[in-house]
Amino acid sequence: MDIFIQQVVSGLATGGIYASLALALVMIYQATEVVNFAQGAMAMFSTYLCWSLLQLGLSYWVAFLATLVIAFVGGLLIERIVLRPVEDAPILTIVIVTLGLVFIFTSVAGWIYSWIQKPFPSPFPKEPIKFGNIVFGAHDLGAIGVTLVVLLLLFLFFRYTTLGLAMRAAAQNPTSSRLCGIRVGWMLAIGWGLAAMVGAVAGMMVAPIVFLDPNMMAGILIYSFASATLGGFTSPGGAVLGGLIVGVIENLVGTYVTFIGTELKLTVALAVILIVLVFKPSGLFGRAAVHRV
Amino acid sequence: MPLLLEAENLEAQYGATKVLHGLGFTVEAGGITAILGANGAGKTTTLRAVCGMVRTSGSVRFEGQRIDGKATEEIVRLGIAHTPEGRGTFMDLTVQENLRLGAYVRSDRGAITRDFERVYQYFPVLGQRQGQQAGTLSGGEQQMLAVARALMSRPRLLLLDEPSLGLAPILTREIFRIVRAINRDEGVSVLLVEQNAAMALELADHAYLLETGRVVMSGPSADLQRDDSIRRSYLGY
Repeated sequence: MDIFIQQVVSGLATGGIYASLALALVMIYQATEVVNFAQGAMAMFSTYLCWSLLQLGLSYWVAFLATLVIAFVGGLLIERIVLRPVEDAPILTIVIVTLGLVFIFTSVAGWIYSWIQKPFPSPFPKEPIKFGNIVFGAHDLGAIGVTLVVLLLLFLFFRYTTLGLAMRAAAQNPTSSRLCGIRVGWMLAIGWGLAAMVGAVAGMMVAPIVFLDPNMMAGILIYSFASATLGGFTSPGGAVLGGLIVGVIENLVGTYVTFIGTELKLTVALAVILIVLVFKPSGLFGRAAVHRV
Repeated sequence: MPLLLEAENLEAQYGATKVLHGLGFTVEAGGITAILGANGAGKTTTLRAVCGMVRTSGSVRFEGQRIDGKATEEIVRLGIAHTPEGRGTFMDLTVQENLRLGAYVRSDRGAITRDFERVYQYFPVLGQRQGQQAGTLSGGEQQMLAVARALMSRPRLLLLDEPSLGLAPILTREIFRIVRAINRDEGVSVLLVEQNAAMALELADHAYLLETGRVVMSGPSADLQRDDSIRRSYLGY
């Protein structure tokens, strides 16, 4: 039982990371119906920037916050400079552009920082935290906390601020939003900035676990796809819950189903994607796409 | 009376299809102007052209200032509110959030709060449904919400695209009554596009008749109501 609880908590920690990245994917998907394949690579690059800031001697949380600002501005600029010109192009064109961004970020990271794995520090204590017989990794608990704070802030922003409301409106009904005087293009850019920021948090929280390397987010992005698919690409709350569920399932299956172990864990994510797409394509909380013809 | 809106030689096209062929019309400050015509005459496109929602040539002036070529959101910020074809409801947002978006371009918080009260006075049913998802409103209520959302921006000119579409005559009459009240009490000028010529001529003081993207007749509403050909083709008596 103790091992079970430990594995669930550890699953929630990685699940929170999947949830953040899945939320970033869903935010952009809802506004543009485009899946941003570069979300993971952008998060990886932000994490490298954080590493550089730490090398300069900044304290962890200062570097953390500075990285968030850089990620926001970077995401915003990518939308304005790279995606704006293909705004009205077919979906496939935009998908190819985001794939191009994956290769650019990965190669540039490898070129600047080399392809060798680097350790990345955790801001939380090294000693495990004990509750009776149950032992939790301090980083796991810390990552869960950071993820929850980020999700809460995003929720408050979208629910209670006028800018958040305008962003939701622009995603739902761009024509009507323009008629309300909302600058829809800028709302999209801000959405990209926020998504990049959330992705950066995921990157900085996962790097101490998986080590920093240019391909670090590739596998995690697949788990995030599984999370967003499970929860529903049209439901931010669903994507978050999907992330937590996928994280826990991944951990429990890896622990208790011995032939899967750590080597086949990624297959679990792909299985989740397949099963959801076959039986409930819109996900647990998503809305089925209905188009008037 | 001074002219609030002047359109000259307006042409518009969707892809290769030309829809407006050198249209001209004016809206007097404080007045209600109607654009009448059958399906496909170019009524909706005319409103869209004013708001920069379709590629156009020709000139549009609002309070003497050229607005053609400006982006929709910038035109709206000048004081033109447009309740579009299909009502433009934000279906997943609440009634109150829809109205907040109407006031998006304003920053005078106190006055916005008072305007919520004012709008709920015009449309009590919206007041009762503040927290309800707008997508669950009936067609008539959504039309009221569209007009209310437009009012929240404190416009000087209100563009109304077929408010009668899909509504029972009694509801249409109710909405027209409110539009007249808004025009009289708030000094908001109105440009109305309608297929229901009889009701539109009752409301408007000036009217234009459109056929395939051209103005074929215009004048004070009373004159058009008396015109024999209009009576036969559009009023049905």
